[in-house]
Amino acid sequence: MAIEYLYPDYEVKRDYDRCIVCRVCERQCANEVHEYLPEQNKMVADDAKCVNCHRCVSLCPTRALKIVKSDHTFKENANWSGKSIKEIYKQAGSGGVLLSSMGNPENFPVYFDKILLNASQVTNPSIDPLREPMETKVFLGAKPQKIERDENGKLKNNLSPHITLSMPVMFSAMSYGSISYNAHESLARAAEELGILYNTGEGGLHEDFYKYGKNTIVQVASGRFGVHKDYLNSAAAIEIKMGQGAKPGIGGHLPGKKIVGDVSRTRMIPEGSDAISPAPHHDIYSIEDLRQLVYSLKEATAYTKPVIVKIAAVHNVAAIASGIARSGADVIAIDGFRGGTGAAPTRIRDHVGLPIELALASVDKRLRDEGIRDRVSIVVGGSIRSSADIVKAVALGADCVYIGTAALLALGCHLCRSCHTGKCNWGIATQREDLVKRLNPNIGYKRLVNMLTAWQHEIKEMMGGMGINSIESLKGNRLMLRGVGLNEKELEILGIKHAGE
Amino acid sequence: MREGQFRNPSGCAISGIFSKTGRRFSGEKIIKSITVMHERSNGLGGGFAGYGIYPEYKDFYAFHMFYDSMTAKKENEEFLERHFDIINLSKIPTRKVPQITDEPLIWRYFVTPLPTKLAESQLDEREFVAKCVFKINTTIKGAYVFSSGKNMGVFKAVGFPEDVGRFYRLEEYEGYCFTAHGRYPTNTPGWWGGAHPFALLDYSVVHNGEISSYDANRRAIEMYGYKCTLKTDTEVITYIIDYLHRKKGLTLNEICSVIAAPFWSTIENKPPEEKETLTYLRNAFASQLITGPFSIIVGFEGGMMALNDRLKLRSMVVGEKDDMVYIASEEAAIRIVESDLDRVWSPKGGEGVIVMLEGGSV
Repeated sequence: MAIEYLYPDYEVKRDYDRCIVCRVCERQCANEVHEYLPEQNKMVADDAKCVNCHRCVSLCPTRALKIVKSDHTFKENANWSGKSIKEIYKQAGSGGVLLSSMGNPENFPVYFDKILLNASQVTNPSIDPLREPMETKVFLGAKPQKIERDENGKLKNNLSPHITLSMPVMFSAMSYGSISYNAHESLARAAEELGILYNTGEGGLHEDFYKYGKNTIVQVASGRFGVHKDYLNSAAAIEIKMGQGAKPGIGGHLPGKKIVGDVSRTRMIPEGSDAISPAPHHDIYSIEDLRQLVYSLKEATAYTKPVIVKIAAVHNVAAIASGIARSGADVIAIDGFRGGTGAAPTRIRDHVGLPIELALASVDKRLRDEGIRDRVSIVVGGSIRSSADIVKAVALGADCVYIGTAALLALGCHLCRSCHTGKCNWGIATQREDLVKRLNPNIGYKRLVNMLTAWQHEIKEMMGGMGINSIESLKGNRLMLRGVGLNEKELEILGIKHAGE
Repeated sequence: MREGQFRNPSGCAISGIFSKTGRRFSGEKIIKSITVMHERSNGLGGGFAGYGIYPEYKDFYAFHMFYDSMTAKKENEEFLERHFDIINLSKIPTRKVPQITDEPLIWRYFVTPLPTKLAESQLDEREFVAKCVFKINTTIKGAYVFSSGKNMGVFKAVGFPEDVGRFYRLEEYEGYCFTAHGRYPTNTPGWWGGAHPFALLDYSVVHNGEISSYDANRRAIEMYGYKCTLKTDTEVITYIIDYLHRKKGLTLNEICSVIAAPFWSTIENKPPEEKETLTYLRNAFASQLITGPFSIIVGFEGGMMALNDRLKLRSMVVGEKDDMVYIASEEAAIRIVESDLDRVWSPKGGEGVIVMLEGGSV
């Protein structure tokens, strides 16, 4: 129907003076935007198919291509945006739920951008990380409630299993299936080289990657795909996924067409069958059930692995976290509403959950008020975009952060937010062999290492500026933060003062 | 504005004198030592702690109180009577010194917990006393306990330390250990309670520095029931030491390895057993690591400990002569009271200097 013909959001602009008709763009675009017209010896593009992933732009040898936002517009309306109108046309046509990928792109406040850091002047010295030791090593896990000594008075090592990291960053859960083999290999190898951990997500662990076990978190999600004893025992830690920031309250669905070959074997489900993760765990309808799963996993691994419980940041996150802290979990991972995903219903992604900064501040405070902050570590994600976000998160009270989107960007993701189509031109969020091989893990892992090495330098510089030479002295050190342009209530929840105070 | 309403960092001078044989000496000596470092303070706070100064009352907790008003005094005395047996009470003797003005009411009580109250609380005696101190300091307006140990006492005021010493007639006290503090705060304090030493039970701390880990330390220690009412570094350091020593049972050496922990690169090169212990301490007590510049002298019953931050960002010198140990921000402050030293050295960053009475106690 004509109403459903929508002028495309983006236009592919080709400079014909520069175009040499090499047809690279045509070969590179899995969305089949570009077409060669032999009679005219000319390249043309179907803008409607373009997802604005920049693959053709990046590979065009003569810089003949650019993607611009269309200036085509509906009649101006402060209430009915073009986006809202188009979504209605789409749904009136399809009768379906709108799907999206990656994190919430809407214009909600980003609290990290309204927080500023402190630095030393006069009364105490700043410390130069190039001249003095500057420590970013962190441990995740419960702290012992009391010390014990042997008969000679020597302290006994009574620590429960914990995670040791060279810096307070881990790669967050992204399943094999939602991202490619090469993306997983890049993450695993980078984690090993950096002395941090990556996370399998809920898709199981490919047999080739068991060798990275000591840098791996294996996830147990509501679908239980790929979960077996060796899987659990291969890892440095086990994560129970209760929720995800991009889609709190709902499960997941990996379409049957992506369940092919190794993905099927790794998930332990037949080829071509849809992988449906239920919204809740059907053996966890309350906190006492969670406790049973935590201890089942600990039993299965002979109490040698810390257990992480990951939740989405929702309105009563502080109370939930308090319950989790008493459930035997060693680490709580909280995922903010900006967290990414391979596919989520648009309305859920854009309207459910909480900013991670507020969730973190209130969880950290609640656990301290209840005297149980030592029983668990807190990991936050969704979304951490830079070393500055990490420093602010740690100062608000986090032990560590998860990065997902940032890691994918390092691998070449251009945030076109079309992962759910499975046609990722950068070889990341796809299982199509010809596309997957575009991501070279030898280069990919190095780029991840580069990015986090750079971030670690920046973290050290910021810490040194504050006169802090070990990351544990930054944790929860909220006096190092000041808000700008925040109201009293926001400052109260964040537990920080306003700039100038 | 008074301490507690704002964060008040400060630079300072510290000094400590200790007799290992428990020989008691007059407070005159410590006044002489701290006076040399006049330039390191600015007249906005000075104070002393003396150990072994109340031998006749050594089995009782000595509460030194500041009162803003008679009402506060009355209210506090009612509280004390409900919880303690008061053995003796008196004004703390002072003399008029022109430089010291605006003094509050300054009283001293020798007390012991009422056995019934203590049993009812199900706490050990020291925890009971500490809880009462927090209770008074946070709930009775205008009343402030600034010293609460046995056979020891803190004397402090707004002023230069030498004037504070004369004001409290410190030369009339004799003890086996004295520490002193001259303050150079970066904010204007309006209140005597904010001066150093800061004390809880028999632990007292004098400190020079401005720690960068303050809020991390404060928020961690408040989880264990401590209340940081003054918002000063010294307060939080005292609580950390009390927590690690009295509540957790760490040794003083272990405490040094927690609050001024060796760097990971240093720990890496230690023998396996020591490496394991140091790693354990840094992991288990990560929130008690203190960063940023500090030199502290901790007094406690039967001993004294001095410690610098891990990078040694503040000066601190130790001198020894026979049974005497001297510790000060500057060597001059030691030489003025003992010119003929057997040994003088500067402890390294994070290297604790611990001196104990021979035979354990006096």
